[in-house]
Amino acid sequence: MLEVRGLRAGYGEVEILHGMDIDVAEGEVVAVLGSNGVGKSTLNNNLSGIYAPFGGSIRFCGEGIAGANPARIVDLGLIQVPEGRRVFPNLSVRENLELGSYRRGRAARARNLERVTRIFPRLKERYGQMAATLSGGEQQMLAIGRGLMSEPRLLILDEPSLGLSPILVDEMFALIGELNGEGLSILLIEQNAVQSLEAADRAYIIEHGVVAMSGPAAELARSPDLRARYLGL
Amino acid sequence: MDATILGAAVINGLLLGGSYALVAVGLTLIYGVLHIINFAHGSLLMLAMYGAYYLLVKAHIDPYAAIPLMVVAMFAAGYVLYRGLIGRFSHGKDENILLITLGLSIVLENVALFFFKGDSQTITVSYSDRMVALGPALVPLPKLVSFAASLVLCAALAWFIARTETGRAIRAVAKERQGARLVGIDVEKIFAVSYGIGIACLGAAACLLIPSFYVSPSVGNLFVIVAFTIVVLGGMGSFAGALVGALIIGLTESLSGLFLGEALGQIGISLIFILILLFRPTGIFNK
Ligand SMILES: Nc1ncnc2c1ncn2[C@@H]1O[C@H](COP(=O)(O)OP(=O)(O)OP(=O)(O)O)[C@@H](O)[C@H]1O
Ligand SMILES: [Mg+2]
Repeated sequence: MLEVRGLRAGYGEVEILHGMDIDVAEGEVVAVLGSNGVGKSTLNNNLSGIYAPFGGSIRFCGEGIAGANPARIVDLGLIQVPEGRRVFPNLSVRENLELGSYRRGRAARARNLERVTRIFPRLKERYGQMAATLSGGEQQMLAIGRGLMSEPRLLILDEPSLGLSPILVDEMFALIGELNGEGLSILLIEQNAVQSLEAADRAYIIEHGVVAMSGPAAELARSPDLRARYLGL
Repeated sequence: MDATILGAAVINGLLLGGSYALVAVGLTLIYGVLHIINFAHGSLLMLAMYGAYYLLVKAHIDPYAAIPLMVVAMFAAGYVLYRGLIGRFSHGKDENILLITLGLSIVLENVALFFFKGDSQTITVSYSDRMVALGPALVPLPKLVSFAASLVLCAALAWFIARTETGRAIRAVAKERQGARLVGIDVEKIFAVSYGIGIACLGAAACLLIPSFYVSPSVGNLFVIVAFTIVVLGGMGSFAGALVGALIIGLTESLSGLFLGEALGQIGISLIFILILLFRPTGIFNK
């Protein structure tokens, strides 16, 4: 459903991604791994239309979306839960969730609120609280909940386990499995290579702005080269 | 000091504050969302006052009846100004927006000087001189109407921002632009809408002011300094702060006028401004 071809992207004069090819098929969990500053979030923000690519093409469900505006991309159901959460600090938990369906999923807002608060009962307990006063883990739940409110067809999760305690990290990966089990396609950006490769069907390893390795996640997890560099084994 | 005179000064001060409130609320809304001071605020108020003036003089539309018309017209003017000028030429840089609004105010004022000449105009409506007894004070009816209508409109705006989907989007954009883009909010449009609403406040304020206030090409300056003081006092971007700040500033102006003489009424405002900057630069309503 997502086809990225020869994507070049960066900021101003500086090119960070030098031609990337990435695919996500319907129902897949695809992991994108790479060290800090390699351009993973840059990739996401070009997919979401926050920045316009320098070159290459991005197709989502058959439609070219390279350089499209973010609202159009949300319309199509490509939803990103960004790094650093980016919840609305001055809005209540409930309002944050409601704005998740500002553009997409408005008709089923009430039903989706039900669903999200069933997935994250903690959010229900904090319904009237300002998002700024939530703990980091709760903010991450809120960010994912807000993403789910838009009824994503493909959900991009940018380092969802960042800053979470080991138990919450496990819960996060369990949730990824559950959502995928319900048919949701997921593009998972992570530092946590071990668990990501377990959760994913396929994976891409990014180095120096290009895809250095790719393939079925289970295969990559056995690759000696990768084990040495990313898994510290 | 005679208690009656003091009571009358307090009442007059509050009424005065009410007429500042809408101007200040518009300024604080624009600041809260766009993070810039709208230097064109005063000259757009002046323009709106001429609008209300000519609607009465040429089209015989009572200023109070003209409120809906002026609110819509000024909203449209603000929206188009933002889309066509401020947003387009600022390239996302706050200092550019600042310069553009400053330039805009100079242009508007000079255009007004050219078309309307320098002298001030006043209007007379049937209720211009009607007085109403309010406790110890005898106040002009237009001032009482202006006060009440200001409060009602501020409350309506606060409701809109707190309760509607667009209001939520405005608050979201004010603090988290990228998050807003990711849920599909058109951030540039929300900027334009917010600027439009801030300017629409001036349309209402103009209609409420014109029955009891003169209009001249420089009349906006009078209000913009006061409104800026109110916004700083109440905390930049705070709605409730702007409202309470307006009442405090109105009181200050009235009371210092009483104690120091009419001409020195504004000194109290400058004093408050300096004291706030020294002791509570984030304003009384912000932590
Ligand atoms: N807005 C920006 N303007 C200029 N340069 C940027 C901007 N955002 C990121 N960069 C640069 O682009 C490069 C890639 O950043 P990016 O955030 O995509 O990395 P990342 O792979 O997501 O890293 P991390 O794992 O730390 O999140 C970095 O060198 C960063 O400094
Ligand atoms: Mg990143």
